[in-house]
Amino acid sequence: MKMTAQHKALALVFSLGLIAGCSSTGDPVEDEAYGSVDQEGGSTVYGGDDEGGVSSSEMTEEQRRQAEERAERAEAEAMREITTFYFDFDTAEIKSEAREVLVAHARYLQANPGRDVRIEGHADERGTKEYNLALGERRANAIERFLIVNGASRGQMETISYGEEKPAVMGSDESSWAQNRRVELVFQ
Amino acid sequence: MTWVLAVAVMIGSSPASAELLIRITEGADSAIPVAVVPFSESGAMPSGDKISSIVQDDLTMTGEFRPLPAEKMLSLPAKGDDVYFRDWRMLGQRYVLVGQLTRRGDKVEARYELFDVNREQRIMGATASSSVNSTRSLAHHISDRVYEAITGVPGAFSTKLAYVTLERSGDEPLYRLQVSDVDGKRARVRLESDEPILSPAWSPDARKLAYVSFETGKPAIYIHELSTGNRTRVADYRGLNSAPAWSDDGRSLLVTLSKDGNAEIYKLDIESGSLKRLTNHWSIDTEPMWDHTGDGFYFTSDRSGGPQIYHKASEDAEPRRITFGSRYNARPRPDNDGKYVYYVHQRDKSFHIARTNLKTEEETVLTRTDSDESPSVAPNGRMLIYATKQGGNSVLTVIAADGGAAYSLPASKGDVREPAWSPIVR
Repeated sequence: MKMTAQHKALALVFSLGLIAGCSSTGDPVEDEAYGSVDQEGGSTVYGGDDEGGVSSSEMTEEQRRQAEERAERAEAEAMREITTFYFDFDTAEIKSEAREVLVAHARYLQANPGRDVRIEGHADERGTKEYNLALGERRANAIERFLIVNGASRGQMETISYGEEKPAVMGSDESSWAQNRRVELVFQ
Repeated sequence: MTWVLAVAVMIGSSPASAELLIRITEGADSAIPVAVVPFSESGAMPSGDKISSIVQDDLTMTGEFRPLPAEKMLSLPAKGDDVYFRDWRMLGQRYVLVGQLTRRGDKVEARYELFDVNREQRIMGATASSSVNSTRSLAHHISDRVYEAITGVPGAFSTKLAYVTLERSGDEPLYRLQVSDVDGKRARVRLESDEPILSPAWSPDARKLAYVSFETGKPAIYIHELSTGNRTRVADYRGLNSAPAWSDDGRSLLVTLSKDGNAEIYKLDIESGSLKRLTNHWSIDTEPMWDHTGDGFYFTSDRSGGPQIYHKASEDAEPRRITFGSRYNARPRPDNDGKYVYYVHQRDKSFHIARTNLKTEEETVLTRTDSDESPSVAPNGRMLIYATKQGGNSVLTVIAADGGAAYSLPASKGDVREPAWSPIVR
């Protein structure tokens, strides 16, 4: 069974353990192309326009293509709600589940050369402050390189590392640390 | 290249706003019994702590001495003629310090003598004076002399601590760079900012601090002259500007910059602003510190996969790895005579302060707290200050350099971190 764009985006949001800027209820993306969502079947029923239902068999190729584009756009938009990316201790390796989201950001930046983004690298409180500054920078640089490879241009981006100075969450336990080892994209 | 900064943050000498409290948590078993007899006083003395009790506290906080409480003393002599060795021997004392304080105009003069009880000998006698307003300085000076007379090592009680406090009110952090006595007293705020302040480092003459401040939104390295409050921004490159460490002649700083791609160590000539790159590796190289010869330096690098301590015997030598004991060893702080290097060491899940004997390569874990960072060695090599967590807050803890005794310096509120012990200035 193929997941729809909405479900996929939502699933992604939840699987990343939710994320700055996203409401915690995970409201579905609003798009007039969509009608109701069939939760059990995991498919979207196209309710058509204001005049009433149009069965999918009657969609022209053009309509189908447009719907697909809209769905893709909605998916990308939903993904771009995610602006925080997490790392393991003492690594700057981008996690596989973050890649698709970062590609969406990169394409957006490519399509909007006027937009700039500040890439802020952070570390958890463990270890030394100065090493953590360098580690936060390494994480920010890793994200920056990924965005460049996927279409963003260097001039749109600025990196800064705060090391362990600006934790997202106060606390000295594994769950706080995990939330503090991160890179945040701040669109200007 | 260098220029005096138009000040965007508060620079101050505002009076103590977050004074440290001293809490002695542990004394060494081998502590030397010493009697600091309350000094006699003639003339009006300033209010506040008595000079002899400050001396007593100084000696106690090293963990090397166990002062006798005054109420246990059989007599309170103020000069040598009145010291009866038999009494002090009976009380199990090794040394007795007596003294007289005399008010002379706006000065206080101390005349003090130290006796070895077993040998029945006067081993030191001296006078010293200070203004009425700085009798704490006078007390610390006496502590220095007493400490040196007994141990043969200069005391470090007249030195200073620099550190950063952090208070959060709601979401608003307030960072303050402060300087205090080594017992946490007489703290004064030198810089206040709502952005991070990091890595304070004393110049060799103890007149200036170099540090990293994010006050412009980006990290930059500043040199701050303490007597005037004048500041110079000396490194403000793209990327990291961090981890300043002074050379012995005070003319250059080792710094970590990432302007050429990733974190590398450079030597920055303060006057001209010129840079010489000292490391060249795709890994993180940071936290540099000159060794005792002044030719080579220690630093942290993760070129082996995780952070480890390396040493370059000269600016151009090949780096040699020093630490092997665990997967995380960082922020080296060598002592002044080339015997030990101290650093942050991860063991199991905890971060401790450890040291390696550079001759035997033996590693010793010195602390039992478990979120330890920022070690700074006292200039006489006998004590070590570091930051750790206590009840959710960061506090400073002082231990004997061999891991023995300890006292802690929590802030009255919030966090205190990044301690730096000043040099001894003669």
